[in-house]
Amino acid sequence: MLTLTNIEKTFFPGTVNEKRALNGLSLHLEQGDFVCIIGSNGAGKSTLLNAVSGEFLPDSGKIELAGQDITFLPDYKRAKKIGRLFQDPMRGTAPHMTIEENLSLAYLRASGKSSPFRLIGKKERALFREQLARLELGLEDRMTQPVGLLSGGQRQALTLLMATVVTPQLLLLDEHTAALDPATAEKVLALTQRIVQESNITCLMVTHNMESALTVGNRTVMMDGGRILLDLQGKERAQMTVEGLLEKFREKSGVCITNDRMLLS
Amino acid sequence: MNPTVLLTSIEQGLIYSLVALGLYVSFRILDIADLTTDGSFTLGLVTCTAFTAAGHPYLGFVAALVAGALAGGITAILQTRLGVQPILAGIITMTALISVNLMILGGKSNLSLLRTETIFTKAEEVFGSNGGLVVAATVALICGGGLVWFLRTQLGLSLRATGDNRAMVSASSINPAFTTTVGLCIANAVVALSGALLAQQQGYGDTTLGTGMVVIGLASLVIGEVVTGRRGGMVGAVAAAVLGSVIYRIITAFALTSNLGASNLKLVSAVIVAIAISYPTVITKIKLQQQKRGHSKC
Ligand SMILES: Nc1ncnc2c1ncn2[C@@H]1O[C@H](COP(=O)(O)OP(=O)(O)O)[C@@H](O)[C@H]1O
Ligand SMILES: [Mg+2]
Repeated sequence: MLTLTNIEKTFFPGTVNEKRALNGLSLHLEQGDFVCIIGSNGAGKSTLLNAVSGEFLPDSGKIELAGQDITFLPDYKRAKKIGRLFQDPMRGTAPHMTIEENLSLAYLRASGKSSPFRLIGKKERALFREQLARLELGLEDRMTQPVGLLSGGQRQALTLLMATVVTPQLLLLDEHTAALDPATAEKVLALTQRIVQESNITCLMVTHNMESALTVGNRTVMMDGGRILLDLQGKERAQMTVEGLLEKFREKSGVCITNDRMLLS
Repeated sequence: MNPTVLLTSIEQGLIYSLVALGLYVSFRILDIADLTTDGSFTLGLVTCTAFTAAGHPYLGFVAALVAGALAGGITAILQTRLGVQPILAGIITMTALISVNLMILGGKSNLSLLRTETIFTKAEEVFGSNGGLVVAATVALICGGGLVWFLRTQLGLSLRATGDNRAMVSASSINPAFTTTVGLCIANAVVALSGALLAQQQGYGDTTLGTGMVVIGLASLVIGEVVTGRRGGMVGAVAAAVLGSVIYRIITAFALTSNLGASNLKLVSAVIVAIAISYPTVITKIKLQQQKRGHSKC
């Protein structure tokens, strides 16, 4: 589904600030894979997701999505196939537009080569209502209210719905629950799991929570220094504990880190 | 106020409401203070005057729309592709248009349309003395309705998102340079249409009629928002722009007959705009002061 081959990315090459953010990284995802990515601060997790979404071009390497080489495709063209959520809940929605208008925009832009003058009809509005109801946040009764009135958690849940209202080929989540309070974060994570599973979406999720990195999805990838240290799945992953993960990290990177530091990243 | 004056003010207000609608697109939706407005208003006015004088009154409207869109397009290219600051981009186009507008009128600063067929003379043949009002109301309705429709389409929603949340737009499949360009073209086309209507209604074209139009348009927009309390979503906002413009022209008519005097009107408009736009900041500051004072008492 998604194949990254030998991706290199260096920021500010040839200067004192030179930073090798991705260091010959390769990763392959099957259709329906839900990969949790962990790693300390600066490991290159966000850079990896940015490379996939096309925020910048890699210095070398190749990116393929669903059999198509997208290495040089501009970001706004990839965005038709790739859904994205960021840590900041304010980033994914337009505050002065209503819930319905935000969803309409996401829906109309994602649903193929439609005319720029297409409108939302009764059928779509009913679909939005039904999907909002399934978030169980009462948003289906507030469709004509501006999104700016919603809480951070509600906005993030809406952003998630916008990213998946037309099933994307790939969903990129960059610590999308990190700015929320623990109870809300848990709820948004549960929603994420449900939506990803129901639509069988291929997903890359960066998380700072090692516990959920082992329980959410079907694979756990640990990054350090712009490379993949560890790629767990199946039985090996099922038997892994947080302590075991930290032990593996020490072994592979030669650095001693505490759970806390990992959590803070 | 006598009824004839009132009806004339309403007619004028409806004609100028297209400027308020254009500014609603650029200023409120795209969040750009587009100073092309003065220039594109006059551009529409002189283009239509020239066409009408040549015996093509209806083609004159089409030409004005196209010319206005081009002017907006130039401002948009300057700011989205060539890195000129938005305000400066508008000023550059507006300045260039001063020369262009004189050129279009053949080097003269005004041209009379006396005894020339216009949409207004036609309408008066059909509807009698209210013909002008019918024309102005119809055009305002079509433009207002068209704008409401457009802002709900995929492109319209993309335009609104561009002005509302840049970060969201650049992470989605929208190209903000493109939506900004579309928005400025539409805004200036509508503004130019306003100038075109005015030329035919007054029966002459004058290159100075657009001076201060951006401030007058913003004042109308703000008056409308205050009167309607920013209610009613999209439809409410568009209706407010039209209503605000009509109210502005009624105030103008009052001023002309009272001691205030017409010469002070632009000063009044400028003050209205300055107060209305600084109002949220001032309120925040006052609240902060109150909080500080309340805090020091504890
Ligand atoms: N746009 C950028 N410009 C310069 N340096 C960057 C940029 N993005 C990331 N980096 C650097 O690359 C490294 C990896 O960053 P990032 O991918 O954000 O790490 P994380 O795993 O915490 O998400 C860091 O050292 C960071 O400073
Ligand atoms: Mg990061």
